[in-house]
Amino acid sequence: MIYDFFFRITDSNIIASIIQSLLPLFIFILPFALFAVWLERKVSAHMQDRLGPMRVGYHGALQTIADILKLVQKEDIIPNEADKPLFNIAPVLVFIGSYAVFAAIPFSGAFIGSNIDLGIIFIIAASGFVVAGILMAGWASNNKYSLLGAMRSAAQIISYEIPTVLVVLTIIMITGTTNLQTLSEMQTGHFWNWMILGGPKFGIAKFIFIPFMIINFIIIYISTLAEVNRTPFDIPEAESELVSGYHTEYSGMKFAMFFLAEYANMFAVSAIVTALFFGGYQSPVGYLGNLFGMHWLVPIEQFFWFTAKGIFFVFVQMWLRWTLPRLRVDQLMAVCWKYLIPIAFVNLIIIGLITVL
Amino acid sequence: MNVYDLIFYLFAAITILSAFFVVTTRNIVYSAYYLLFTFFGIAGIYVLLGADFIAMVQLIVYVGGILILLLFGVMLTNKITNVDIKSGTIHTVPATLGVALFAGILLASMWNTNWKNVNSDIQAASTQNLGFLLIHQYALVFELLGILLLIALIGAASMARK
Repeated sequence: MIYDFFFRITDSNIIASIIQSLLPLFIFILPFALFAVWLERKVSAHMQDRLGPMRVGYHGALQTIADILKLVQKEDIIPNEADKPLFNIAPVLVFIGSYAVFAAIPFSGAFIGSNIDLGIIFIIAASGFVVAGILMAGWASNNKYSLLGAMRSAAQIISYEIPTVLVVLTIIMITGTTNLQTLSEMQTGHFWNWMILGGPKFGIAKFIFIPFMIINFIIIYISTLAEVNRTPFDIPEAESELVSGYHTEYSGMKFAMFFLAEYANMFAVSAIVTALFFGGYQSPVGYLGNLFGMHWLVPIEQFFWFTAKGIFFVFVQMWLRWTLPRLRVDQLMAVCWKYLIPIAFVNLIIIGLITVL
Repeated sequence: MNVYDLIFYLFAAITILSAFFVVTTRNIVYSAYYLLFTFFGIAGIYVLLGADFIAMVQLIVYVGGILILLLFGVMLTNKITNVDIKSGTIHTVPATLGVALFAGILLASMWNTNWKNVNSDIQAASTQNLGFLLIHQYALVFELLGILLLIALIGAASMARK
């Protein structure tokens, strides 16, 4: 729908696609990051029996905008001994990596940045740029804490990518598609058609799938939590050990880009979990638009449901951050290699057998 | 010259320029990052040829895996142990021979391939066909490659243990 609109204006399918893929940045990522930073401060404050930001706007709602204005005005400090070209490119690379992911995320039936067949595989591929950017930032800063943080982060992300991909494989085996739009369309109807409850096909297999799907969901949630460096897996930027990890030396807008990328990533992984297990943009109970015969309302409702589910998982990430202590490096690797990967493999084999039989 | 051509030349320029810098830069970390752009450009050209699955695998395996491990190794040894790693020219004659042989093979395959240079010839969704071919026609090769990778993994693990 939106694509046709741009196609009529520009009269070129490539330019129309490029504009459409750029849209999520302005209509979604920037407003979401502003909201999520505020939400994080509020959640942490209320969990610690404080009030959090209260002065700017209603309950501090405009606090993040004030902070961004402050960051824009700040002097851009580049350390003397830093590797200047790499130091300047690194935040851009990290931001591109985390923002490219949004091109394949289906926000509603009417809007997906780019409806490619390999949606979920593209998302996994694009996140490789984030790792390269993080390593670049850590190395170019010429600071041992930054480098250590970057190393830890890269090791963590590439280790936890394995359980994530294994879980994604099980979903691909059941549904036979890697297109996130098709995947969301398959889970239409009511919440019992969601993948977490065995998928849309009714039968004995659906009920056998349920426990394995719940295990799958737990594995992918833990490993995506580690991939976005959130507590309890935040050793790359452990404040008490490494100052602030790979972005210690960054200031002003470059710091803001890392920050934006981090919050964009938080939503991206929540969106992937939503699209894979919780019906994507599908409503759990049916649509008001269909009830009243106003079909133009359905895509807007779908957008609402998708954002609501995504923000719920972002909220759970924040909740965990202020509840759990941080893991040690060896514990972190043990969780991934000794528990998550074997369990994910067994799950993959069992689900494969059930699908074949 | 339409937008499609423009995008092709953009990716081609990215690939060739960054590949040139990979071999000419003296700083090994810079080389590694130029390699990132080479892989990115090649992935873009794969997408333009309709081989989107290969493009994604290119990014996952080379950027997400090999390049990161390469950077890891270089950075761990370069900054922490204070050993300067510089790339120099050694073994010029065997290198030239190898490059000439490889270039010959590449040129021969380039001339003998029936390139699809019209937009409508390129299949929109090649992934399903690719999977079908891998499981049916090339099943044996596919399995053998899997076993080869498994052997490499076991070998790496046993070497790391010593």
